[in-house]
Amino acid sequence: MSRIVADKIVVDFPIYEASARSMRNALLRTTTGGVFRTDAAHHVVVRALSEISFEFQEGDRVGLVGHNGSGKSTLLRVLAGAYEPVSGSLEVQGRIASMLNLWLGMNSDATGYENIFLRSLIMGMRPREIAAVVDDICEFSELGDYINMPLRTYSSGMQMRLGFAISTCVSADIILMDEWLSVGDAAFMKKAQTRLDDMLGRAKILVVASHDENMIRTTCNKLMRLDHGKMVEFTAI
Amino acid sequence: MPAVHRKELSLAIKDLVDGVCSIYIWPMLGWQEIKQRYRRSVIGPFWLTISYGAMVGGMGPLYGRLLQQDMSAYLPYLATSFVIWVLLSGIILDACNAFIGAEGFIKQVKMPLTVHVLRVVWKNLLIMAHNLVIIVIVAFFYPPNLSWSLLLIPLGLLLIAVNGVWVGILFGLLCARFRDIPQMVASLVQVAFFLTPVMWHPEMLGRKRWVAELNPLYHFLEIVRAPMLGGIPPMSSWYAALLITVVGFPITLIVFSRYRARVPYWV
Repeated sequence: MSRIVADKIVVDFPIYEASARSMRNALLRTTTGGVFRTDAAHHVVVRALSEISFEFQEGDRVGLVGHNGSGKSTLLRVLAGAYEPVSGSLEVQGRIASMLNLWLGMNSDATGYENIFLRSLIMGMRPREIAAVVDDICEFSELGDYINMPLRTYSSGMQMRLGFAISTCVSADIILMDEWLSVGDAAFMKKAQTRLDDMLGRAKILVVASHDENMIRTTCNKLMRLDHGKMVEFTAI
Repeated sequence: MPAVHRKELSLAIKDLVDGVCSIYIWPMLGWQEIKQRYRRSVIGPFWLTISYGAMVGGMGPLYGRLLQQDMSAYLPYLATSFVIWVLLSGIILDACNAFIGAEGFIKQVKMPLTVHVLRVVWKNLLIMAHNLVIIVIVAFFYPPNLSWSLLLIPLGLLLIAVNGVWVGILFGLLCARFRDIPQMVASLVQVAFFLTPVMWHPEMLGRKRWVAELNPLYHFLEIVRAPMLGGIPPMSSWYAALLITVVGFPITLIVFSRYRARVPYWV
């Protein structure tokens, strides 16, 4: 059983300017009590998500839409478990695969082969699991002998292919994506699309943020619209 | 200090346990940092060893003379002290950056924060393994009297590592929130080098020996240094190290419970 239940989740980002981040103000606040309070507590707080409640069930393909800065990416990071909401509750059941950053954990000085292990370990795989998929990743990414070269020698397309190949080798209950992944030239794109569809097909819940509303309307069965951190629409499509 | 809720406390403990159990992640991250120094450099981290070695080689004869010490005893003492000091100070200094430096991970994936602290401790232990060369070279010129006390070294290192975890979490949190603290710690560590019996013996203080005894770093230094030099650490140092462990961990746990979830917002 996979599901995500959010109840009035709030995310506030504090903005510390140089003076507020220093200890002086915190000390002043504790020693002088109320006097400086209004002054010292002058942290600007940006409310990125404002009391959002929803429930995603198995089979849901949720598309997140909204303008830049509407909170789509923040919501994805909250679902990924990186940010814990300031208030409200979030319950996630199921193994999550976060496709928000396909290269997280990679090292540009390490070889492609090493990076397969680095990236997979960060995704939570065990060495034995990685050993089972490493050949598939090498083959799929079509890097040939480049797999033994440092990542920084790769073209951006090659880096993209490697990151994509590794990140799509796991199976998960819940998949989080920021924008649709598109990689490589036409021939590779077709192959990639098949692999992605296969992975998404096995997943029970998909949450994808995108500016491409048409794409979402054809692929997803639910649409959530965010505006200035508020959920303004959550409908079945 | 606001009250600590049971739920927050259990989440902090879970972070700690999950972190320690992530045995494929923190050793790899720590090793990557060492490996980074080897890339495109023939001897990599040994450059640091060479610079520490040069310091021991240069300071040894000078301070041995200033402090009127017998060189055959003083040079091994200084080399050993120095190598352990680099471990202690390295953990403290890197701890300040444990969370700040892991911003990319912390903001994007769910991963126990303890992983980043264990990475710091592990990396510094690996650096120490490189620096052992200095002790071996000195031992070649001034052969030490090997004894069974060498078996106490792992125990001492374990205590240092365990304390490195709470120090790392505490300093990592404070430094993530208040960006003045890393600078403050850096200058304090520099002063602590001279105030801690690294280059001198606590006995030299005579009746003022307690000044050294009050220094927590002295005890952690001593529990590894004494066995390395063929002796047995005084019981007082074991007690002090254990006391610091059982006091430090709960304090860190309270602070960690309260502020763990804030870290992604701070880094």
